[in-house]
Amino acid sequence: MDSREIGYNSKIEGNVVVTKVDAAIDWCRKQSLWPMPMGLACCAIELMAAGASKFDIARFGAEVMRFSPRQSDVMIVAGTVTYKMALAVRRVYDQMPAPKWVIAMGACASTGGMYRSYAVLQGVDNIIPVDVYVAGCPPRPEALLDALIKLQGKVQNEPSLSQGAAA
Amino acid sequence: MSALELANKIREKFGEVISEPIEFRGEITIDLSDPAKIEKVCQFAKSKLGFDMLLDATSLDNYGDDPRWTLVYELYGTVHASHLRIKTSVGEEAGELPSISGVWATADWHEREIFDMMGIRFKGHPDLRRILMWDGYPHHPLRKDFPLAGKATDVPEVAFTDRAPLEGGPFVTSAGGSDSIAREPRVRDPEADR
Repeated sequence: MDSREIGYNSKIEGNVVVTKVDAAIDWCRKQSLWPMPMGLACCAIELMAAGASKFDIARFGAEVMRFSPRQSDVMIVAGTVTYKMALAVRRVYDQMPAPKWVIAMGACASTGGMYRSYAVLQGVDNIIPVDVYVAGCPPRPEALLDALIKLQGKVQNEPSLSQGAAA
Repeated sequence: MSALELANKIREKFGEVISEPIEFRGEITIDLSDPAKIEKVCQFAKSKLGFDMLLDATSLDNYGDDPRWTLVYELYGTVHASHLRIKTSVGEEAGELPSISGVWATADWHEREIFDMMGIRFKGHPDLRRILMWDGYPHHPLRKDFPLAGKATDVPEVAFTDRAPLEGGPFVTSAGGSDSIAREPRVRDPEADR
């Protein structure tokens, strides 16, 4: 179609949106963030609640919990990361295809929480880059949904095709 | 048959290595002075006395004393509903006693946990690996001389451990304080409270 037609062709007028490819792709991405549920402790129960009917994470396009890292976009680290588990978390993250994001859900995943201990990694950001931290022990499902919306805001403003796009 | 009678039967069979049964709050404890006999004692308790269940196997660190380690076995018989505790002590230099995983299969993981946390070894254990910490971790964290914050350890490409930031802690709760301000967890010197 000739681009000059878009503006004044009465047959298609109103059905065309002019935007940037970056913005369009980001809009698609942010509405279908498939989570990798890295449920490691009690936060995973709240994560399940967020997925269930009352809170319904599907309203934000993130209901497709993928238990294969190869099909997921955002890793939700929900719970206490022990040192024994740490490298497994890192390995699962490495298997996720880019672009990928991480939500550290709850005090333990963010900072080690109450576990100042020989066995617990003091924040999952020691091994993987975290985009959104959620406070709480455990956070309520609303807090997770808020984190998801914040992440969507971040995804919307990321370059997806142009320079600086994630590898 | 009561736990006391059962304990005396073990004593009849093994003689002097078994102590007089100690009763405390309705629970019977016997002390085995020769840890090398633990497997035989347990085998006898299971096959002849009906202790078909091992509730728990655990260990204590008597840091500074000799022998350093005390192992505690909690036995239970579902037929006679009696509970019996067997204790035995192992010196730090020996650091080893026979495994009872051949008697009760459940002892397998209990002994792996003791090995992981305390570093006591079990002769004849089928698979004596760490169970909680990662393979290759060089310390035994529940020993009294292990610092609360842990030690930094790194095995490249395998796993790592860092010291935990205690920020002036540990934060200790005082039970029985007059109000919640007095009871809440704070940095306290445990020696000063005595």
